[in-house]
Amino acid sequence: MNKRMVLKTAGRIMQIISLLLLIPAIVAIIYAEVKQLFAFCITALCAFLVGLAIVKFTRTKNRVIYAKDGFAITALAWIIMAAIGAVPFVIAGDIKSYVDAVFETVSGFTTTGASILTNVEAMSRSMLFWRSFTHWIGGMGVLVFVMAIIPNFTDRSIHIMRAEMPGPIIGKLVPRVKDTAKILYLIYIFLTVLQTALLLAGGMPLFDSLVHTFGTAGTGGFGIKADSIASYSPYCQWIIAIFMLIFGVNFNIYYLLLLRRIRTALKSSELWCYISIVLVSVAVITANVAPIYKNFSTALRNSTFQVASIISTTGFATADFDLWPGLCKAILLLLMFCGACAGSTAGGLKVSRVVMLFKSVTKEIRRMLHPRSIGKVHFEGKSVEDSTLSSVSTYFVIYMICFFMVFLLIAFEPFGFESNFSAVAACFNNIGPGFSAVGPTASYAGYTDFSKIILSFAMLLGRLEIFPIVVFLSPRTWIKKK
Amino acid sequence: MKIIIVGGGKIGATLIESLENEGHDITVVDRDQKVIDEISNIYDVMCVCGNGVDNDTLKEAEVSKAELLISVTDSDEINMLICFIAKKMGASYTVARVRNPEFNDKRMGQVKQYLDLSLTINPEFLAALEIFNILKLPAAINIETFSRRNFSMIELVLKEGTHLDGMNLIELRKKYNLNFLISVVKRGDEVYIPDGNFVLKTGDHICLTANFIEIQKLLKMLGLAKKQSKSVMILGATTTCYYLAKMLIRSGTDVTIIDKDINRCNQFAEKLPEAVIINGDGAEQEVLMEEGIASTDAFVSLTGMDEENILISFFAQSQNVPRVIAKVNRNELAAMAEKLGLDSIVSPKKAVSNVVTSYARALENSLGSNVETMYKLMNGSVEALEFNVQSDFKSQHIPLKDMQLKKDVLIAGIIRKRKAFVPIGDDEIIAGDKIIVIAKSGDQKMNDLADILR
Repeated sequence: MNKRMVLKTAGRIMQIISLLLLIPAIVAIIYAEVKQLFAFCITALCAFLVGLAIVKFTRTKNRVIYAKDGFAITALAWIIMAAIGAVPFVIAGDIKSYVDAVFETVSGFTTTGASILTNVEAMSRSMLFWRSFTHWIGGMGVLVFVMAIIPNFTDRSIHIMRAEMPGPIIGKLVPRVKDTAKILYLIYIFLTVLQTALLLAGGMPLFDSLVHTFGTAGTGGFGIKADSIASYSPYCQWIIAIFMLIFGVNFNIYYLLLLRRIRTALKSSELWCYISIVLVSVAVITANVAPIYKNFSTALRNSTFQVASIISTTGFATADFDLWPGLCKAILLLLMFCGACAGSTAGGLKVSRVVMLFKSVTKEIRRMLHPRSIGKVHFEGKSVEDSTLSSVSTYFVIYMICFFMVFLLIAFEPFGFESNFSAVAACFNNIGPGFSAVGPTASYAGYTDFSKIILSFAMLLGRLEIFPIVVFLSPRTWIKKK
Repeated sequence: MKIIIVGGGKIGATLIESLENEGHDITVVDRDQKVIDEISNIYDVMCVCGNGVDNDTLKEAEVSKAELLISVTDSDEINMLICFIAKKMGASYTVARVRNPEFNDKRMGQVKQYLDLSLTINPEFLAALEIFNILKLPAAINIETFSRRNFSMIELVLKEGTHLDGMNLIELRKKYNLNFLISVVKRGDEVYIPDGNFVLKTGDHICLTANFIEIQKLLKMLGLAKKQSKSVMILGATTTCYYLAKMLIRSGTDVTIIDKDINRCNQFAEKLPEAVIINGDGAEQEVLMEEGIASTDAFVSLTGMDEENILISFFAQSQNVPRVIAKVNRNELAAMAEKLGLDSIVSPKKAVSNVVTSYARALENSLGSNVETMYKLMNGSVEALEFNVQSDFKSQHIPLKDMQLKKDVLIAGIIRKRKAFVPIGDDEIIAGDKIIVIAKSGDQKMNDLADILR
């Protein structure tokens, strides 16, 4: 275990986060929110100094990191980010309790969008901005950002990238991790700017457009209105729905498009699965909810928006889907688990894993019919290694175990089965709103502090795909064998 | 520069490591997913799993955008085929590893031309050449040559009782009054580029650069000139052994080759009638004693097993064989063997990486003064480079003492019209010269002669 390297990275993360805190500070200046400005600046200053001290005084002789170091670095970085990012809320007094603030920040960074706020509209502007900005940072990942800007961050940085980027297989776009990270961020920034511009064109104010774009880009889902997106024009709703779907696509595909290798990009079977799941879900839900709404276009818009929001694990809402018929809710719940493509900013199991799981199940069934048959699972035009398949199945098992453990831990809450189950599903898959007591119009404020911590933990597990946190918490990672 | 390396074996990995450190963008192609996984964990490179002969695989590796493709799979024929296809698909330059003597002996030049190969590399031959050079100059533990062997650089260990202990370099130059230069000193793990006041100590590894004739004179004066090895015993009838034996036989040395495989022995007996071929297990001391290891001038261990080579070489040293050379492929083992006191260690992959790295550097700037040859010394911490001086080099006709050189950079030799000499402060660099530069390999990378200036 390269503890010095882990510590040094922690220091760097503190520095980065303190710089990022200056952006909402600018917003505080613009809206003349003195208390908030003070909160951001003092937090940024402290974090920067501590980070600087750590980086200065940690001598790293050996910069080589192995897989477990990569996991530990990632987990630690995210925990630090949440711990620091929550401080301004408390100092400024926008959120009274630190646990609530941590829940809100973890929910932000993990792009969940679950909120404990009962009245969003009462929050100060800069805090709302910060809350949504955490989505944007967390969406692509902070460590990927660090790798993109700090030269020679570490040798073997692929381990960190693997730990932070969601998906079963991480493909590099170009030979160097640093350049790959840069390309990913450039695509991310370009799409963000594009969406902001389109929203502005639709008459949404600048502040609102930025906040909602951050929420969409990171597939987070923090809004600034009590009814989320519902009060905006249909044009804005369509733009957000489409961009939610766009941010749920593997970013490698955009890179291929950039290189004009359109045919290769369109060959991606994950993309097609994703699109077909979306289309089928939209069709079924539209048919199912059509009687509730006055005309077909509203029904189509609302169902598309909700499907996009749930499958991309964003969590915006234009309709209270809690009031929809049971079939719709069932489909939405399934989409929660499915999630979007690997290599995107979305959460959930990821389409590629789901496809691989189904294919390996088919393979096993065929083996039962023909015990001597040799089968290979094919995906993206290539046969999948057995080790990848087994890691996908392992992931699924551990995912279910973690899910039910969290579910069990919060089962004592008095909200009933549907609320609790959907709350865990929504947090674990980084969506945000669930059904019933945690539905799109409600919040997580009613849960006890204990449950809030457990749920925050579930969000981290979901965002980092479980293993980094498990490695980080296991004592064997840290204790030297004698 | 974008480089594709096909084959992630021992040589492949060494190339990846040295070229990645040079700052190139590397894509690795290998058939074995396990090899690919391993490489992608260790090196910051792009990996493609697939057969390098396959069009689709090469397309995935973006061969059309590659400046250089290096094929180092274990089959010569596949390497040549891959290079041929890659060239047709748009790779600018191609390098193939071709090690089978049957290709190399005869018409390699023609084959190269037919296939449009930019370079062929033959690790076994390079290793054999290195061993041959060491055997020709018995005092040195390592020897590198520049400009067709006009100018050389030898590595010596200052053993107990040397005249040089406690002497500084200015005195040394006065005392021996020869045209030579001590360009690198390694003491413990530290490597120095010494100046005139540097004081030598017993146990130092030093690199001497000089004209070949001057070196021999100097070694004689230092009492280090030993007779050239007249009889050499080689363990392991490998390809390296074949090349080495051929060179040795041509220079009139008696060669004894020991191998336990009867088929190989038969093959060698057919190809090398002048050599004595022994069928026996070299790991058995009895066999070695019987064949007269105690009376041979040099012992070279070239089996495929690093560990075997190291251990048997120690045995040879204990029998007071004057020169013992072991082929060790794995870096960690080589470093350990050196610490334990094994004199000369030769590694084919290091030789290859030197050749390919210097080739890549020369490709990288096709203008200006090119890197002609490059050697990495002292475990890669120092580089010795040979540059051609082009007419556009700015600091021509300036005495060296007035030139603003970078820190830890040394001009160790000038070759002018086939005359090689170590320059003094009043010498100047003129277009058409070849100059030898010694530099610590740190952050700065010497690509061009202009890089030596501040």
